[in-house]
Amino acid sequence: MAEALLEIDALTKRFGGVMASDAISLALSRGELHALIGPNGAGKTTLIGQLTGEIAPDSGRIRFEARDVTALPVYRRSQIGLARSFQIASLFVEFTALDNVALAVQAHAGHSFRFWRAARCEPELRAPARDALLRVGLAARADVPVTALSHGERRQLEIAMALATRPRLLLLDEPMAGMGPEESARLVETLRQLKGGLTILLVEHDMDAVFALADRISVLVYGRIIASGDPAAIRADAAVREAYLGEQDGVRREGRHEAPHG
Amino acid sequence: MSEWRKDWRHGPWSPRIVVNAGLVTVLALVPVYAAFAGDPFAMTLFSRILIMAIAALSLNLIMGFGGMVSFGHAACLGIGGYAVGILAKEGIGSGFVQWPVAVVASAIYALVVGALCLRTRGVYFIMITLAFAQMVYYVASGLDRYGGDDGLTIYHRSQFGPFDLNNATLFYYLCFALLLASIYLVWRIVNSRFGLVIQGARSNEPRMRAVGFPTFRYRLVCFVIAGALCGLAGALLANHTNFISPAMMHWTRSGDLIVMAVLGGMHAMFGPLIGAMAFLLLEQGLSHVTDYPDLILGPLLLIVAIYVNGGIDGLLGGPRRG
Repeated sequence: MAEALLEIDALTKRFGGVMASDAISLALSRGELHALIGPNGAGKTTLIGQLTGEIAPDSGRIRFEARDVTALPVYRRSQIGLARSFQIASLFVEFTALDNVALAVQAHAGHSFRFWRAARCEPELRAPARDALLRVGLAARADVPVTALSHGERRQLEIAMALATRPRLLLLDEPMAGMGPEESARLVETLRQLKGGLTILLVEHDMDAVFALADRISVLVYGRIIASGDPAAIRADAAVREAYLGEQDGVRREGRHEAPHG
Repeated sequence: MSEWRKDWRHGPWSPRIVVNAGLVTVLALVPVYAAFAGDPFAMTLFSRILIMAIAALSLNLIMGFGGMVSFGHAACLGIGGYAVGILAKEGIGSGFVQWPVAVVASAIYALVVGALCLRTRGVYFIMITLAFAQMVYYVASGLDRYGGDDGLTIYHRSQFGPFDLNNATLFYYLCFALLLASIYLVWRIVNSRFGLVIQGARSNEPRMRAVGFPTFRYRLVCFVIAGALCGLAGALLANHTNFISPAMMHWTRSGDLIVMAVLGGMHAMFGPLIGAMAFLLLEQGLSHVTDYPDLILGPLLLIVAIYVNGGIDGLLGGPRRG
């Protein structure tokens, strides 16, 4: 296996009596798209939160590029190349789409103790921001205020902001949630293009997208990873079928996915 | 090119620009009116408006643009005033010493208070800023050498070489120039990289951190800038009234500043000036009519706060600058 970009070692987080993360260990190798699936409440978002630093784990270690980042504050992790998109779009609603992405660019363009020049006129912030919008297909909506964007467009903007920080690891928390089929299809296409250049951890309920994109899949149930492997292995895994795919709508989708093969 | 220039898309004669330009013109002509009408009180009143507008502007930087609602901003006004008064009492009359001391002292106060308060949010932030301001208030009340509760008369205004601040016209235009410079300064700050970070942190601070900004230090620096600017207003106020007292920093004064900023329009560059003018003129006008001007001012503010989004400036419609 290629050298690991992210190594999670026995990460544990308890909320009262609930084990949100139960000694999770996982390694992401450089350039892979790793999907994390599991029923609602399995602890997927909690895991993402610990990776970005918003939630402090009770125990365990997170190593990013062989460096222990377990205690690093959120903004430092972003600065060294960890980016996330939020499950519920979290944007600067007073600003335009381009302003939002330009802020993400600015965060990674040195310090912001610059008090005089009009930041909205700085090409070194605006041009990369426009590029990121272009990559997610939002270029035409650059000057539209966030309040006027559709749900799907806000999700795309989330991803554009994450891309604008030029991350090495992209954490996508259900990027397709609530998207229409066309928007989903376009996002799958966007992710396919990003694949390879970026390491991606994708949390997603849309099994079509997951099985179409993922190099490897891990299944999280009640805070524990019950299986990890390539899509074919996961599909064949008895424990996964029983614990997750068998009970969830995933099996129907998966069935549809498998239909052409008989 | 310049994307912020889109704000001018309503043409050079949008209502807001006309009103703001008219306001500046009227303010520039107040001394002329006072001289012709033989109305020196107009000079006193409008000098006060200009000074309070600077204070409200500084509050608006942290409150309107930064989302930091300080209920103790008058402490900076008082510290600036006391810096001038105490130095004057001790025989240091030069404005070149007094004013920088006023600004730096207020900035240091803001640094200390901000470093503690900015770890809290919402109501806690409001209450802690208030608590610190009350501490300063009681310290000032206990300064027996500088008048204690009764306050201290300043016998000589700050000395700036050949410029005599006792000349009411000169003092007025000094306040006027400082206000315009402050508005320009705040406008530049708000639209700079720093200003966007401040506004982003108001809008969605967790997201700012997730995207890579250490927000605390930016908010703190913003708090210090606002404190310094308010310290300057305090130095002007002490010279204006020739008097300092703890009343300058009573919590109701902090409330007045909030009212001015909200009344004028929090996200507008000229909002604090409009608010200070409306507030002080109303207060003055109503005091001729009734002994209880607050009975009318209070409901009026409620109406503006509830029904007029964006304060008086909001009535002008169109895009906002900043």
